[in-house]
Amino acid sequence: MNNLNIEEEITETVGNIYAENAKMSIRSADVFYGDKQAIHNVSLDLAKNQVTALIGPSGCGKSTFLRCLNRMNDTIDICRVTGQLMLDGEDIYAKDLDPVLLRARVGMVFQKPNPFPKSIYDNVAYGARIHGLTNNKAELDEIVETSLQKAGLFNEVKDRLNDPGTGLSGGQQQRLCIARTIAVSPEVILMDEPASALDPIATAIIEELIDELKEKYTIAIVTHSMQQAARVSQHTAYFHLGKLVEMGKTEDIFTRPSHKLTENYITGRFG
Amino acid sequence: MTNSKPSAKSTKKDETSMPLSTTPSSKLSTTDKVKLSLKNRHKKESRFKRTGFFAVIFGFMLVLVLIGDIGSKALPAFHQHWVKLDINYQNNWLNIDDTSEENLKKANYRTVLKKSIYHMFPTESGKKLSRKDKRQVFKLFSTNAEFTLKDYLISSPEYLNTQTSVWVRLDDDVDSYLKENFAQGEAGLRITKQQAQWLVKLSDENRIESRFNFSFFTASDSREPELAGIKGALTGTLLTMFVTLLLSFPLGVAGALYLEEFAPKNRWTDIIEININNLAAVPSIVFGLLGLAVIINLFGLPRSAPLVGGIVLTLMTLPTIIIASRAAIKAVPPSLREAALGLGASKMQVTFSHVLPQAMPGIITGGIIGVAQALGETAPLLMIGMVAFIVDVPTSIVDSATVLPVQIFLWADSPERAFLAKTSAAILVLLALLLVINVTATMLRTKFEKK
Repeated sequence: MNNLNIEEEITETVGNIYAENAKMSIRSADVFYGDKQAIHNVSLDLAKNQVTALIGPSGCGKSTFLRCLNRMNDTIDICRVTGQLMLDGEDIYAKDLDPVLLRARVGMVFQKPNPFPKSIYDNVAYGARIHGLTNNKAELDEIVETSLQKAGLFNEVKDRLNDPGTGLSGGQQQRLCIARTIAVSPEVILMDEPASALDPIATAIIEELIDELKEKYTIAIVTHSMQQAARVSQHTAYFHLGKLVEMGKTEDIFTRPSHKLTENYITGRFG
Repeated sequence: MTNSKPSAKSTKKDETSMPLSTTPSSKLSTTDKVKLSLKNRHKKESRFKRTGFFAVIFGFMLVLVLIGDIGSKALPAFHQHWVKLDINYQNNWLNIDDTSEENLKKANYRTVLKKSIYHMFPTESGKKLSRKDKRQVFKLFSTNAEFTLKDYLISSPEYLNTQTSVWVRLDDDVDSYLKENFAQGEAGLRITKQQAQWLVKLSDENRIESRFNFSFFTASDSREPELAGIKGALTGTLLTMFVTLLLSFPLGVAGALYLEEFAPKNRWTDIIEININNLAAVPSIVFGLLGLAVIINLFGLPRSAPLVGGIVLTLMTLPTIIIASRAAIKAVPPSLREAALGLGASKMQVTFSHVLPQAMPGIITGGIIGVAQALGETAPLLMIGMVAFIVDVPTSIVDSATVLPVQIFLWADSPERAFLAKTSAAILVLLALLLVINVTATMLRTKFEKK
């Protein structure tokens, strides 16, 4: 199968990029690193209270795209984003929009668990503290407890909240990072391969967690595992070489992909 | 056609990558070859380990020799010979009528000292001492002796017109002579045979005693070695270091944080970076000249003051602290910054609650290297007048002061033999101060690392 021929054919995204109830909608987004274009004309919607999986081979730009959604790419000097990226109809790249506020609304969980070298309690309380969500110790305790409970970690750590977060196992650390993100009560959670550094049991726990979290949050998840995308997501977007090849309902993508590239990828013929 | 191509390739491969077991030229298996080379590799490793071990031992021995040499030379400075004199506080010698405080202060103790001494050393024939002998016997005692007599009488005025025993210091030449060869009546360096015999007499009467030299730590500099101490220089050093630390640490850390976390990466920051690196290599005396020209002459700050010394040493240590701090800040994992940014922390919050605490151990190490450098610095301080002979202990950062390394330099330059031991003793104190600073820094480091 010759992929090169098909790649030339990527002119328009196949499938359905629109969601009935869109939390975020991105139209014609281009991302450049210096002169190099990393994302070409991507448009898609993130459906509210649903999980959207971004899949594709390594280097296809899915992580770059995800990081644009809460302007994490701002920290890279040479990175430039154009197009329309809207959160609830508001342009997130508008000049008067403070990225600090945006990141409080759009939280992020990273590939490698990265708890702060502080206590478990302080890890979760940090976001609430810096945003001044509460000045009350009892309320803060409440926030920490519910966040840890939502992340399914509370029972494991309730007796050692003052121990360092870095002393937990990998899976627990990742759930701590999720709890830390939830504690700020964001509207959208972006997850960049959250389970790639974890063993199957920890992965299963995280996946269950994602399924529960979608009741309250809109979730976008980048993953390399097709099974994971199939298990946790309702919508799937397939990226290839910085372009969005196909998007649609997860069951459609995995059962009857429209584009040849998507089919090749999900059937494991390349990727 | 299909056959010829791969065969050409394979012959080429054989030529270039010979040492594989697949090549027919060698009958040895991979295991045998590895075993052969293993022996060599282990030999190399153990050779390197031995070299490293000897390097460490060599360095350690050098330090031992240094400390041992300085320590043995410094020992005499820590004790001092005192002599018991029979002093007759006669009021006509003192030239006073009563024991009022005013009179006691202005009384003539030199006459009392002289007359009492002459009385203690009668000539064999019972005649009075000759003028020359008088001068020689008087030279046995420290010039400070008359003040010791004064203090003694002021603290206990009831001894007026009575005879009593008072301990006074011996002269530094006598002290050095006694430390080297105990009173045997032989002439020594700057000691005549006559003086030596008098010393034998004093020692036979159990009038000479060796005591711990407290005044080395409680007195300031003096022209008389037996009176000279390091308190002035030590205080000067502490005040100067205080100013240096207070200025260079916050400035250095702030500069490093700005350059690493906030400044845009462009041509200007590159130029600044190059200049900071160059500044670290500027000879320290140049900073002294700058201090003289700008800080003293232009801004009119006082000469010889720890304030000016501190500012000059700050200029010198800033690049060291900035470079070390930047390295420490760079070493903070980016994932930590991303985690905080992803939660919506502002750049300031990321910097101060995550980057700075993580970088703190490295920053402290850099700061200590800088301060240790400044602690031993002499050249720039010479330029701003901290090389003066200062008898008073400085009490503030604008008083005239000198510092330990300069004091060491001054003493090493003095002709009196007794200053040799003082110089070594001052070096020991400087090294001890350095040790204290390093231990404090290590403790701070472990404290921050635990967090």
